[in-house]
Amino acid sequence: MPEQLLWSAEVFLNGLMAGVLYALVALGFVLIYKASGIFNFAQGVMALFAAMTLYGIMNGLVPFAHLINAVFGTEIHYFGWNVPALAAILLTVGVMIGFSYLVQRFIFRYLVGQEPIILFMATIGLAYFLEGVGDLMWGSDIKTLEVGLPQGINETIDQVTFDAFGYGFFIDNLDIVASCVAAVLVMALVIFAQYTKQGRAMRAVADDHQAALSVGVSLNFIWILVWSLAGFVALVAGIMWGAKSGVQFSLSLIALKALPVLMLGGFTSIPGAIVGGLIIGVGEKLFEFLIGQPYLGGATENWFAYMLALIFLLFRPQGLFGEKIIERV
Amino acid sequence: MLDQAEGYVTQDGRKIGGVVMEMRNITLRFGGVEAIKDISFDIREGEIRAIIGPNGAGKSSMLNVISGFYIPQVGEVWYKGAKRPALKPYQVARQGIARTFQNIALFEGMTVLDNVMTGRLTHMKTGLWRQAIWRGAAETEETANREVAERIIDFLEIQSIRKTPVARLPYGLKKRVELARALAAEPSLLLLDEPMAGMNVEEKEDMSRFILDVNDEFGTTIALIEHDMGVVMDLSDRVVVMDYGKKIGDGTPEEVRNNQDVIDAYLGVSHD
Repeated sequence: MPEQLLWSAEVFLNGLMAGVLYALVALGFVLIYKASGIFNFAQGVMALFAAMTLYGIMNGLVPFAHLINAVFGTEIHYFGWNVPALAAILLTVGVMIGFSYLVQRFIFRYLVGQEPIILFMATIGLAYFLEGVGDLMWGSDIKTLEVGLPQGINETIDQVTFDAFGYGFFIDNLDIVASCVAAVLVMALVIFAQYTKQGRAMRAVADDHQAALSVGVSLNFIWILVWSLAGFVALVAGIMWGAKSGVQFSLSLIALKALPVLMLGGFTSIPGAIVGGLIIGVGEKLFEFLIGQPYLGGATENWFAYMLALIFLLFRPQGLFGEKIIERV
Repeated sequence: MLDQAEGYVTQDGRKIGGVVMEMRNITLRFGGVEAIKDISFDIREGEIRAIIGPNGAGKSSMLNVISGFYIPQVGEVWYKGAKRPALKPYQVARQGIARTFQNIALFEGMTVLDNVMTGRLTHMKTGLWRQAIWRGAAETEETANREVAERIIDFLEIQSIRKTPVARLPYGLKKRVELARALAAEPSLLLLDEPMAGMNVEEKEDMSRFILDVNDEFGTTIALIEHDMGVVMDLSDRVVVMDYGKKIGDGTPEEVRNNQDVIDAYLGVSHD
């Protein structure tokens, strides 16, 4: 087989893996947008905050240590214990549920029925607030999250492909784990939405608020539920990205990468978020490899996704899977 | 619990039971506008109770008070012999009061069957995990709920569109699906907001027949709003007439028809 084709295949696979991570972030957006019409700009910061909290709990950091030390003149930083990864993840889920409750209780309860742009602005405020709180709680230094996920090149794939083609594929173990986790997560979400009472109620709220009320669904409860789910998805995304490139501010910027994914997949479709993520992931890696590097001087990954989204906006504004926009006159 | 002492027998021989819902001196204001002024009436078990009146009389506001969408500033709502506190609409729904909407509020993205199944939400009790893995009590419950839903779908003659997304249905059928969803809750009180609005004569006759059949077959207590006098008179056992937020008549269709205030309201007499 020609070398160029093998390299492309490897790039393609790596693109798929990267796409899974984009899809994870986009998924959080879709959940909240579908159920409440809120475009949650804070999703990326939620991923950052969740990852920071997980790190803090695992390493026994004292929350608000800097603040406490500054006010009381003390020198405390650590509780002096380490929490196992699984327990810490469960505790972090608890924190994200609490966060969802507070968001609903103190912000969106007062904004029911407002214009989408006002809800959007509120989430921008929330994003900056949460970012500040996160830094204040756990400190703004770069943290390396180690929850025991395997990392580095997958030897088996390397060996098998080398034997078959005479060229070993480089696939990161972490990416494989991330793909499996994302697949399980999506399956769980689909089962939840299709077969459980709360899932049915969630779909009902996503479709029509008044009608949902009339069949006995509490909007408030469902909104807390979807924010919690989005918080959980953010945590998973935070763990994966955090393990890949460290828990730091730039983690919150992955939210921006989710935007083109959503434009491609449609804001209201869970399968759309997955497929959109994969297309963007594969597209930007292949484009960089085949066209960007040889002809354009590289670094096309920064803008390729947005260009693709722009083209989609021109020809199919609802995305691949979004609800068709019909204007009745 | 119900006040069984004073039931009555209708002209066609149905036995009407005690009071299910009683409105006592309800006043509802929007800012300075009084949409409902000091209205009292009751709804009895098994009857078809109509609220009629010209446009803007406050009928829909009244229905929204009963279903908890509006909270009246003055007055008490008594349900099944107990005073009802200011509940949220979803809490009222969980108490067994189902409703339809004047402008149809269906889950457009779902199929007819899914819509009807959401009407069963208040009857789903098993835990999340059981439902997710689809075993034991959850399976039995789902089957039972499905049976109720299918029975209602058969009853309202919408079997042929069971799997059709609601968004694709014509107006008249949507109205019927909405009725099916409300019925699926097996409500102790069914509220219909202008069930015949925007329908042609044939569709109106169909809907009238379904309302009568529902009442007959399931013994459902029904309160409905309508401004088409003719339809209401044939359908209902007792009628409340509203005009400009006030109650101007209450009684059997016969009594109401001969009430001078009602005649004035409908034919138009200056209100000063």
